[in-house]
Amino acid sequence: MTKTCLIVDDSRTMRSFARIALAKLGFATEEAADGSLALEACRRSMPEVILLDWNMPNMNGIEFVKELRQTPGGGRPIVLFCTTENDVARIVEAIDSGADEYIMKPFDTDILASKLSLNGLI
Amino acid sequence: MRDEAFTVLSQLVRDRSGLVLARDKEYLLESRLTPVARKHNYMTVEELAQALRRPAAPDVERDVVEAMTTNESFFFRDASAFKVLRETIFPALIAARSAKRELRIWSAACSSGQEPYSIAMMLDENRARLAGWRVEILATDLSTEMIARCRAGVYSHFEVQRGLPAQLLAKHFAKSGDGWVISPELRKAVDFRPFNLLHEPAGFGAFDVILCRNVLIYFDVDDKAKILNRMARMLAKDGALLLGGAETVLGVTDKLVHQSGLIGVFMPTPPPAPRLATAS
Ligand SMILES: C[S@@+](CC[C@H](N)C(=O)[O-])C[C@H]1O[C@@H](n2cnc3c(N)ncnc32)[C@H](O)[C@@H]1O
Repeated sequence: MTKTCLIVDDSRTMRSFARIALAKLGFATEEAADGSLALEACRRSMPEVILLDWNMPNMNGIEFVKELRQTPGGGRPIVLFCTTENDVARIVEAIDSGADEYIMKPFDTDILASKLSLNGLI
Repeated sequence: MRDEAFTVLSQLVRDRSGLVLARDKEYLLESRLTPVARKHNYMTVEELAQALRRPAAPDVERDVVEAMTTNESFFFRDASAFKVLRETIFPALIAARSAKRELRIWSAACSSGQEPYSIAMMLDENRARLAGWRVEILATDLSTEMIARCRAGVYSHFEVQRGLPAQLLAKHFAKSGDGWVISPELRKAVDFRPFNLLHEPAGFGAFDVILCRNVLIYFDVDDKAKILNRMARMLAKDGALLLGGAETVLGVTDKLVHQSGLIGVFMPTPPPAPRLATAS
């Protein structure tokens, strides 16, 4: 069955880049422009994967993933941070907050595929 | 390119590295050797080939050979191979060597180092069980340039994101300019040395695990057989050789047997059981 990835990013350009890359890898996609919209989307229907930006208005990526992991069914999705933040401390913070993987921008389809396959998604 | 130039260049590459270039790889010679020709002040690849008909400066020959080999690699390449190492091969070896407390691993064509460093990271997970052991990871490659890169342990933004889980990036790497540098502990854990697989390995000793992945694919059967037979002799009886996912020893050597169910894993063929005397 086709897996769904929720793309959470306040940049429309970023979302469309990710949408195209994920489609190439066989995923269906949904989009949200910030953390709180993403939470609403998850409460409606839990995706298999979430590609998550860090810095966003309203609710940032860290707040979102902490909130998500407290939500019923919210332990299931594989969460991949996808951000320009690239300090070791940030990576550790993201994982400790409940993320499964971490992609540093800029990235390409090979990197996305590699990170998805590390988590058994392709 | 004239036949003669192709012959000179492909022969040199074959003799020095074992890599067999078919005539249809002419475009590859042309595109990869153009920068080498320029570097050594030849106008064209043909001119470079002409010069190589006589014994040339060793650095020209070396540059030609290194330009023709493929160095692509990434961390934990072939998830299934590393899964077998983690779940089957290393646990069995660690149990079997508990008295000797020694483990020797050889990454035989290590390119830019991702393969031996992946092994080093994996063994680091067993740090507690291996405390006090002598664990040696030898990593070799034909290319001196690659060996220098391996020793420096610096990887680009893209390289550290292919195959490497973020937890391991955070644990073992530090940012360095635009890239990332692997920890001094892991750099110390691997012994990098230039070595040509076509040569007789002298003083290498015996190994528990040998990785020889994605390199013999373009070698001819005779070279492949010679190298694999040598590796079979260098392996402990219960040691394992890992080849690339699509590589096999079938039709090449009978000194190694495929481990059924384990892709790319081979063990030395056991000696024949002593024949029982039969009453005549
Ligand atoms: C594609 S890389 C494989 C790297 C790694 N084993 C992997 O699977 O990711 C092949 C490497 O083989 C090396 N090589 C080619 N011919 C060789 C030879 N005769 N002796 C030693 N290394 C050789 C090249 O320099 C290159 O770095």
